[in-house]
Amino acid sequence: MPEIKAVPLGAGQDVGRSCILVSIGGKNIMLDCGMHMGYNDERRFPDFTYITQSGTLNDHLDCVIISHFHLDHCGCLPYMTEMVGYDGPIYMTHPTKAICPILLEDYRKITVDRKGESQANFFTSQMIKDCMKKVVPVNLHQTVQVDDELEIKAYYAGHVLGAAMFLIKVGSESVVYTGDYNMTPDRHLGAAWIDKCRPDLLITESTYATTIRDSKRCRERDFLKKVHETIEKGGKVLIPVFALGRAQELCILLETFWERMNIKAPIYFSTGLTEKANNYYRLFITWTNQKIRKTFVKRNMFEFKHIKAFDRSYIENPGPMVVFATPGMLHAGLSLQIFKKWAPDSKNMVIMPGYCVAGTVGHKILNGIRKIEFENKKVLEVRMAVEYMSFSAHADAQGIMQLIRYCEPRNVMLVHGEEQKMDFLSKKITQEFGVQCFFPANGETVTIETNPNIPVDASLNLLKREASLTGLPDPKRPRVLHGALIMKENSLRLVSPSQAMRELGLKEHEIRFTSTVTIHDPQPTQGTVERLYTHLKGILKDHSIQHMPDGSVMIDSVLIKVSGSSEEEETKDFLVSWPYEDEDLGSHLMTLLRKGLPKTVEA
Amino acid sequence: MKLYCLSSHPNLPCLVLKFKSVTVMLDCSLDLGTTFRFLPLPLVHSSRLAKLPSWVPKDVAVDDQETLKALRKELKECAGRVFVDSPPEVGIPEDGLLDLSTVDVILVSSFQCILALPYITEYTGFNGMIYATEPTAQMGRQLMEELVQHTERVPKTRAACKWKEPGVFKTLPAQLRDGLDPAALRLCYGLHDINSALSKVQLVGYAQKLDVFGALQIMPLSSGYCVGSCNWLIQSHYEKISYVSSSSVLTTHPQPMDQAPLQNTDVLILAGLTQSPTANPDSMLSEFCSHLAVTVKNGGNVLVPCYPSGVVYDLFECLAVFLDSSGLMQLPVYFVSPMADSSLAYSNIFAEWLCQSKQSKVYLPEAPFVHEELKTISRLKVFPGIHGDFSSEFKTPCVVFAGHPTLRFGDAVHFMEMWGQSKANTVIFVEPDVPYLEALAPYQPLAMKAVHCPIDTRLSFQQANKIITDLKPLHVVLPEAYITPPPSLPQRTDLVLEADPPPTTFQRGEVLSLPIRRMYEKIEITPELASSLVPSEIRQGVAVASVTGVLEAKDNNYILQSVPKQPTAGPGQKRKRDDNADFTPPKPHVWGAVQVEQFVQDLEKNGVTDVKVEDTPSGHIIHLQSEDTLIQIEDGSTHIFCEGNEDLRIKLRNILLKCLSKF
Repeated sequence: MPEIKAVPLGAGQDVGRSCILVSIGGKNIMLDCGMHMGYNDERRFPDFTYITQSGTLNDHLDCVIISHFHLDHCGCLPYMTEMVGYDGPIYMTHPTKAICPILLEDYRKITVDRKGESQANFFTSQMIKDCMKKVVPVNLHQTVQVDDELEIKAYYAGHVLGAAMFLIKVGSESVVYTGDYNMTPDRHLGAAWIDKCRPDLLITESTYATTIRDSKRCRERDFLKKVHETIEKGGKVLIPVFALGRAQELCILLETFWERMNIKAPIYFSTGLTEKANNYYRLFITWTNQKIRKTFVKRNMFEFKHIKAFDRSYIENPGPMVVFATPGMLHAGLSLQIFKKWAPDSKNMVIMPGYCVAGTVGHKILNGIRKIEFENKKVLEVRMAVEYMSFSAHADAQGIMQLIRYCEPRNVMLVHGEEQKMDFLSKKITQEFGVQCFFPANGETVTIETNPNIPVDASLNLLKREASLTGLPDPKRPRVLHGALIMKENSLRLVSPSQAMRELGLKEHEIRFTSTVTIHDPQPTQGTVERLYTHLKGILKDHSIQHMPDGSVMIDSVLIKVSGSSEEEETKDFLVSWPYEDEDLGSHLMTLLRKGLPKTVEA
Repeated sequence: MKLYCLSSHPNLPCLVLKFKSVTVMLDCSLDLGTTFRFLPLPLVHSSRLAKLPSWVPKDVAVDDQETLKALRKELKECAGRVFVDSPPEVGIPEDGLLDLSTVDVILVSSFQCILALPYITEYTGFNGMIYATEPTAQMGRQLMEELVQHTERVPKTRAACKWKEPGVFKTLPAQLRDGLDPAALRLCYGLHDINSALSKVQLVGYAQKLDVFGALQIMPLSSGYCVGSCNWLIQSHYEKISYVSSSSVLTTHPQPMDQAPLQNTDVLILAGLTQSPTANPDSMLSEFCSHLAVTVKNGGNVLVPCYPSGVVYDLFECLAVFLDSSGLMQLPVYFVSPMADSSLAYSNIFAEWLCQSKQSKVYLPEAPFVHEELKTISRLKVFPGIHGDFSSEFKTPCVVFAGHPTLRFGDAVHFMEMWGQSKANTVIFVEPDVPYLEALAPYQPLAMKAVHCPIDTRLSFQQANKIITDLKPLHVVLPEAYITPPPSLPQRTDLVLEADPPPTTFQRGEVLSLPIRRMYEKIEITPELASSLVPSEIRQGVAVASVTGVLEAKDNNYILQSVPKQPTAGPGQKRKRDDNADFTPPKPHVWGAVQVEQFVQDLEKNGVTDVKVEDTPSGHIIHLQSEDTLIQIEDGSTHIFCEGNEDLRIKLRNILLKCLSKF
């Protein structure tokens, strides 16, 4: 029985280092190759020894697919390709290909240069470049033929610029991997979309498995109100973000608010990435939402008037300000640095606009911890207001259900979420859709039995003849087709039995039976025949019954000849002759005749 | 399979393919050549045009004074040619050949082949799908909107119609009449039509597989000619048709032509070759630059009539480099079109549709085309029209890129009127679609220099012949014009297309039957049914099994599944009418010959001993004497005659079947 196997090396009952292996139709595919924000030891990367203990991954993988540029989905890629070893194709969309190396370099710098981790354990800039050379960019909806059997197709996922879901198909078996996605359009991105592709397995993220988010408008109003109040009383607002993604969404939000309210307090955006990042958005405008695409000729939404570049020295500046700083989970870098400075002042506020993985400072403060201990044993007291506002563009429970409704999978597997929430959602999925739902831990294999139909080349003549036999097509009535399946090498062809005989050089052997029944029936032969004919007409309604010119009666291919030696003869001989194909009818007629003909003809 | 040809121009195709009961329209181009019979629409009053003398048929056939009076207003003479003084009308595809409301799918290859779309989607009852790439749809919209703006900016009083009346039309001079079907002329559509038509377009990407009713799979493939242009592969499970039009194998800004999937098709439909077979695009480009330089150095101005997108992108890039190298950096270059801004902006967001080198620029991130930068540093000055800011910015000598290339409407008309009478100026025609002498006719006599530098990157005859050889299609179908040398170059017998077998040709109004015979259809057998089959091996590696199943057809996909189990009912038993009379599985198919000795032995084993074998010329007769039963065995048949002993007959039947092969 053909089967599909899927095992998460990362993101199994967890958020971080997404990496899922899928085996389908003899092909092995790696979906995402991310790092874990919550760890600084070897746990930050997926465990590739699961695939092989020694040597490269080349013999074990047919391709690698990266869903989007977030580091928990691509952060381990150079390590995997250059340090473990993989030279096969890596597929990602154009924006992902453009932005991914920048974030990788950023990540490398923070890890090696700032944290002072040994260079030997980590990938180098050159490795990032070499890795990116193996990337094949894909367009949305384009069917990419990885090899003769394996094809992949990308769908819009709406999570960040260039985020995609992937359909992976071998023959009639298929898997959909969602990466991270968002089912509601926001200020700069559209909503995820997929067609009714009915995959055997849908592997979906489940970050917000149990959340049903309130309306976006309320959240936005709330956010603006909190920012505004803090600014009004002279406080500073820190918004930790990733350079690309939510940052642009919130920038658009604040920019329009500042313009409308005519606020003078400065908004800053950290790192030199800003301008570059915005340029990517301008050039990849086809990946943004309808509204931005429609208006970009007149006004490009990514050219901000109120948002300026941030300089480290501004940290000490007095007066209110809003600062977007990276990274988004307060686990390192500038955002953490600013946080340490501003945290003791209760006038200030930090707004966490997205999900934080366990182990990060972001996660700690969101869980109410107000005393944070750092590596150097220093304890930081957090007095500033801590606000959490979910602006991360993940599908919520409703969105996940909606996606399942769109693509109608036969099985569902949850990744990129927390175990308890997955457990709850999986029950809901099974209940609502009646499909199996799995949520394996890392290293745990899910096996799906598929039962694909077998494609066959059917002769058009046969199909047409069968159609004409059954008369006008009646959708309510099943059509029965009979033919001969020729199995030769790798081809399967369905043809009519006689064509099969001809093609295979077989000589049909015709079998015929002729039997006689003698009945007492004292009347002219002519009359007997008439009565036989009428009698059969009355009881064999589904058969063609013909009166032949030579006095015989034909029932389908069964021939009955009545003979008596003279008019006065008391008995008649019924000679019944039929081919083997009509054995059942012939035999049945013999039984009928032996019972004799009814004396009178029914009207 | 049938192919209908609805257009008369090989470069402006409109074909309809009927295949597997799906009706597919291949492109819907608009014939703008008809506008050459009209006078230009000036943006500001032109006394020259206003003073042109009227023309009336000399033929006495028209003696009705009313008609003559109307004609005097409608027809004007200029430099010995007669023009219609009316808003220019365009030529729509043939609509009498088939009912266009039955078209299921329209495939659009490039933004130049989309212009007739509103006439089909809005005025025929069309209710199907339209597939086009995003650049095709966007830039097609720009071309259409430009056309509308150009014609609507100058409201003419009323469209002339008297001249089109059959009685009048036949008396008109040949150059006005020839090759023109007045019934196919239409006034330009409006903005509403464009929006409505384009809202029906479904955007597609290169190498995206599109399913049409489960019957056909359609795939667009890069054609290398302009941003988002494509060829189409139309296939069923067994037959493959390729539609290749307006393709280019030269390296310019678009993604290169994707040829591999077009290999070995059953039919190749080929159209849209270069319109300037003797002009090499590269040398035309340098000629363009040198004419331009000479003119401006002598204090003259250069007008380049052009479309807002397409070849202009290459021209701007090339021109910037050229002007830098020839010390003309200060020369003002104007791009005047209502769509100029939009065209330049869009060209820079379609990186995914561009060639590798342009694509990799966005990774930096930089704009793929330099015109973004040229615009920022004001080397390229962009204006929506000659009104407004333009007049205050305008400095001569200069270069102006402006539409429309036919010189019948748009800002180019204004520059022709303004510069036409000075021989210092030059008009350079770069768009290959425009026969430049036709375009210039209503401006004669002209003092300004006119240069024809058509830059056409589409396939040359040589390249097209090579592609035919490389792609190895079984049949080639192409416009009739391509099997004889171009009328202007009758001696160039190399400018024809050839194929083996010789190509089938089409021209406007023709319907072709294409030589495709369908033999097979893909169906699927359910695993349950498959596992119930009993294959019998005929010889090593070849087996056969008889299959009986219920065929379910859904969206043109067939699935054969097991016959549901029925309560057994013998034939003749009373059953409900619709109760699957056909469900009794047929008897196995018997083949081979009976070995008489074996058969007799088997009979004996089963207790039938009283047998007598008699040889006959064609086989044997076995006589069961005690039962009065005969078995006549021949090479391909066996006939059992028995006297009503049913038990014996069945016994004999079963023994016989064991001696034969079957499936």
